[in-house]
Amino acid sequence: MRNFFLHLGKYLAFLATVFERPQRNSLWGQQFLKELQKTGLNSVAITVIVSFFIGAVICIQMSYNIVNPLIPRYLVGLSTRDVLLLELSSTVMCIILAGKVGSNIASEIGSMRVSEQIDAMEMMGVNSAQFLVLPKVISFMAFMPVLVLLSMITGILGGAMSITFSANTTMTDYVNGLQFAFEPYYITYSIIKSVFFAFIISTVSAYYGYYVEGGAIEVGKASTKTVVSVVILILVADLMLTQLLLS
Amino acid sequence: MIRVEHLCKSFDGRQILNNVSTTFNAGQINAVIGKSGSGKSVLIKSVTGLHSIDSGNVFYDDTNLIGLRKNDRKNLLKQIGMLFQGCALFDSLTIEENVMFPLDIHTTQTRAEKLKRVNFCLERVNMPNTNHLFPSEISGGMQKRVAIARAIVLNPKYLFCDEPNSGLDPQTSMVIDQLIKEITQEYNITTVMNTHDMNSIFEVSDQVAFIYQGQLWWNGPRNQLTKTDNAELNDFLFSSPLLRNKKGSS
Repeated sequence: MRNFFLHLGKYLAFLATVFERPQRNSLWGQQFLKELQKTGLNSVAITVIVSFFIGAVICIQMSYNIVNPLIPRYLVGLSTRDVLLLELSSTVMCIILAGKVGSNIASEIGSMRVSEQIDAMEMMGVNSAQFLVLPKVISFMAFMPVLVLLSMITGILGGAMSITFSANTTMTDYVNGLQFAFEPYYITYSIIKSVFFAFIISTVSAYYGYYVEGGAIEVGKASTKTVVSVVILILVADLMLTQLLLS
Repeated sequence: MIRVEHLCKSFDGRQILNNVSTTFNAGQINAVIGKSGSGKSVLIKSVTGLHSIDSGNVFYDDTNLIGLRKNDRKNLLKQIGMLFQGCALFDSLTIEENVMFPLDIHTTQTRAEKLKRVNFCLERVNMPNTNHLFPSEISGGMQKRVAIARAIVLNPKYLFCDEPNSGLDPQTSMVIDQLIKEITQEYNITTVMNTHDMNSIFEVSDQVAFIYQGQLWWNGPRNQLTKTDNAELNDFLFSSPLLRNKKGSS
């Protein structure tokens, strides 16, 4: 318990340093654009691939399970849509991105720490935490809604693709299900959640990387710790945010 | 000139530096020597402010580093260049961007002005026309030279070198030593060099501080090194049979 509070205090102090005013706006802008590519654009491919296949699988499973003639066929589209919008495109995608982006941030900053690059920055009078971490946090949070929307669209397209091979459900049923009782707030809810998750992924992984001590083995351990901690924190935050936003 | 007064530093209750007081002179190479784990790197990192210290004072000319306000500290850091053991070049930046980085942070010069200064420094360390290479594309010795260029790009008054020869062959080590000596004299820099390298100690250093078990055990000019009867220093300097025989024959 004592360890938890020690980390919490250190993490909050770290955040206070990260969110200081940037020293040079032009440099900060350049860093932001670089990070937008690294954390955001480079995550598009995995988001599209994972969402497409999971969307297709969800649709097949729904179609397979809903065999009762009393249950309308459009429920396949409706349930696929709701699963994607409410949980998969935000929470599950962020858990996957915790593995990709989170471990990348932790190992990148950790490597800089053990090779004294962070010390070199400090010697130049640079607030290294702010310079390295803030662009990552802001760019990832800014790009996250794009990833979530992409995930929703490709997931639904994946479902549509699987429907073409299904004997039980027609494309008309699927499209009807997608349109039935559509609640636009689900998209807003999903985006709000994902922005919080992006903050957790980027700051927690940066924290673990920034305070690495030792060598390559410790950098690897920090990456592993990052993924484990971030996944747990995302699940806890998901519960809390769902309660707050949907109740 | 840098004056260190009664510097103490401990980690988790373990005393690493104990009441170290010394002076590093301007225009000279001040070597800090000692066994691995004796506290040399901690001394350099404490003097530069990378480690917070338990007690003591560090004066850069008349400015005490300890207790400096953030902006004053930043202004002081502008006058300090540091060459790290592993070079600490930024992997994601080209050599030009690495050397330009301190200028980006501390000056409002135009890009053309900055580029002119970068090229001058790269030529000074014999690394012309390497601007667009990445650190991973050049050898260890070349990386050291780029790190020196980066350390001097802001015309520092103080230069710290943490084991500048580690991992280099004897010939390249001598080139790096000579470069540091030339730069120190050319710009009248106060250079503090943490080293194990006997060539650096005997060929280029002017003053030597020997750290033993976290304490300043011996301090003096280089030419007094071979004449001292300090047992621990002699053990350290003449641990190799070759040097011991040389000392015996002289």
